Amino acid sequence: MADVTNLRSPAEAGLSKLFEAGRKSFASETAIAREEAFRFFEATGLPSRRVEAFKYTDLRAAIAEAAPPAEAPSLDAAKAAVAGATGFAGIEAARLTFVNGHLVRELSDLDRIPAGVTVVPMSEALAQGDAGLELLAPVVQARENPVYQLNTAFLADGALISVAAGAKPETPVHLRFVGAGDAPFSTATRVLVQLGEGAEFSLLESHEGSNGVTCQPNDALDVVVGPQAVFRHSRLNKEGDAAVALSTLSLKVEREAQVESVNLVTGAVLSRHQIYVHIAGDDTNVVVNGAAMLRSGQLADSTLLADHAAVGGVGREQFKTVIDGDATGVFQGKIIVRQVAQKTDGKMKSDCLLLTDEGQMMNKPELEIFADDVACGHGATCGAPDDDLLFYLMARGLPRPVAESLLVQAFVGETVEAVTHEGARAALIGEIEAWLKARG
Amino acid sequence: MLEIKNLVVQIEDNRILNGLNLTVNDGEVAAIMGPNGSGKSTLSYVIAGKEDYEVLDGEILLDGQNLLEMEADERAAAGVFLAFQYPLEIPGVGTMTFLKACLNAQRKARGEDELSTPDFIRAVNGAADRLEINKEMLKRALNVGFSGGEKKRMEILQMALLQPKFCVLDETDSGLDIDALRIVSEGVNALRAQGRSFLVITHYQRLLNHIVPDTVHVMSRGQIVKTGGKELALELEASGYAEYRAGEAA
Repeated sequence: MADVTNLRSPAEAGLSKLFEAGRKSFASETAIAREEAFRFFEATGLPSRRVEAFKYTDLRAAIAEAAPPAEAPSLDAAKAAVAGATGFAGIEAARLTFVNGHLVRELSDLDRIPAGVTVVPMSEALAQGDAGLELLAPVVQARENPVYQLNTAFLADGALISVAAGAKPETPVHLRFVGAGDAPFSTATRVLVQLGEGAEFSLLESHEGSNGVTCQPNDALDVVVGPQAVFRHSRLNKEGDAAVALSTLSLKVEREAQVESVNLVTGAVLSRHQIYVHIAGDDTNVVVNGAAMLRSGQLADSTLLADHAAVGGVGREQFKTVIDGDATGVFQGKIIVRQVAQKTDGKMKSDCLLLTDEGQMMNKPELEIFADDVACGHGATCGAPDDDLLFYLMARGLPRPVAESLLVQAFVGETVEAVTHEGARAALIGEIEAWLKARG
Repeated sequence: MLEIKNLVVQIEDNRILNGLNLTVNDGEVAAIMGPNGSGKSTLSYVIAGKEDYEVLDGEILLDGQNLLEMEADERAAAGVFLAFQYPLEIPGVGTMTFLKACLNAQRKARGEDELSTPDFIRAVNGAADRLEINKEMLKRALNVGFSGGEKKRMEILQMALLQPKFCVLDETDSGLDIDALRIVSEGVNALRAQGRSFLVITHYQRLLNHIVPDTVHVMSRGQIVKTGGKELALELEASGYAEYRAGEAA
């Protein structure tokens, strides 16, 4: 039998070179299993459409060249980049500012972290072998994902955030990711949030960059939500128009814990947000919402895996995509209900509003249910704005573009209405309005 | 006020209006009655500017302006208001947001200043009180979870707020109980004035006990076939539409 040689793409070869080159500078090899992750990644390479989970988002085709890992920017460059950052800017929060994937202490509020919350920069944690590192990668399925493996292999910075049991800080922490410079670069950041029993914590996360910069950010957020804890998370992707933005949210949810996570995407030429939810304890309540508002040339992929491995978990996953021009939306959602997870109540929905005939939406919902006493459902819709609703609004005097914007806003708004943090909700609505205004 | 001349309208090759002529004078309340399928709702939609209909001939003039050359929103700004037979639910659009957007869009189109928020809230609250609309309803998404009667009251509230010149009420009495019918009718009657006319479309005479018309037109096969005073509605109530249906069958 002839030998089969796996032809590597220039980007894959580039990633191997970059990994080799970076190996010497990588700290704390064992703590994050960097080598192992890269070996797994090398075995499969960048996923193409032949890989089922990447059928609609072909990373092998999208990433022609591997951009080099970004160096830490000068303080002046960082300051200039942050000056233009608007995501969640008006909200009172303790900010951790990452420029090109590196924590900039001078532009962060490390000395103003709310009581009950501890923040350790990832570079420090790796150097000192922080015990918290053991909690990294809390969801097993994520570890098998090539995007997450790349993040692990190239992990450069991030933070370990720990919220003490019972602590309920009012001020949220804002992870502010900003791109600087105009040369291509890649980043790999990992933030771990660990909530102790009964803690309540809000996290804001914004990603911004300049248009025209071919950057490849790969950001991962690992969260362990302790028993009876409440985790609220608002994420905003307004990357520049040439960014290929990959991100992974891994959530381990323990007994009677609650989670509320929303991700709004308006930026990046290609984005893939992967969400892994592991329901580890009984009687949890998890809401995961996503909204994408896309213009010509953009592709946004939301891929969700909710794994119910405990009794009585309530899950509500709602995704809305607005497609203008020839943009493409992708939603892949899978709910697994293991045999032990009786009384699981899961609902997953993806709705798409197509504003033109050229756009496309790919929906792939899946249910895998091994328990017999569960209520699980999924649904997907796709359509143009409703003519009857448009007529109703126009008959009251609203010009067509205004009426259409109102309908789009109402459509997308549903995903952010549930955001508890008032400032975050208002900011997300503001982003939706800004997108509509720019559309004209 | 409104003059319709030889209006011919079809939808998907199906002729609905066949050379309809109708004049409604300033301050007049005109009722249109007729059997099912005679084209009453089509007439209301064509006046308001719904796009599904193909106008083959004729014109609709509002104070001399040809409405057929305008988009639905321009007609609204010119003073046309259609109270829908089935008001639509719009999840995600707050009622107050909607009311303010409509009011200000019309004012802007007419070159007027936007209404200040306190003035706007005062106007809405006043109209809501008169129509016995619970203020909690105004906090909800437009028409979402409203009963049939509540939706119709909300239509009249919009009418009161927008102060249109020419109001078309498309079977506003359908789905209303006796009390709601009274409240809605009082709301309409309060708006009767010189400078404002109404076209009240209904199957039943009972609405016309509350909103007493100046003229009654009978519509059949896409035309006005008979015109009279308010007593014509009583005659129809007694005799039914049989004679007009016979005409249709012929």
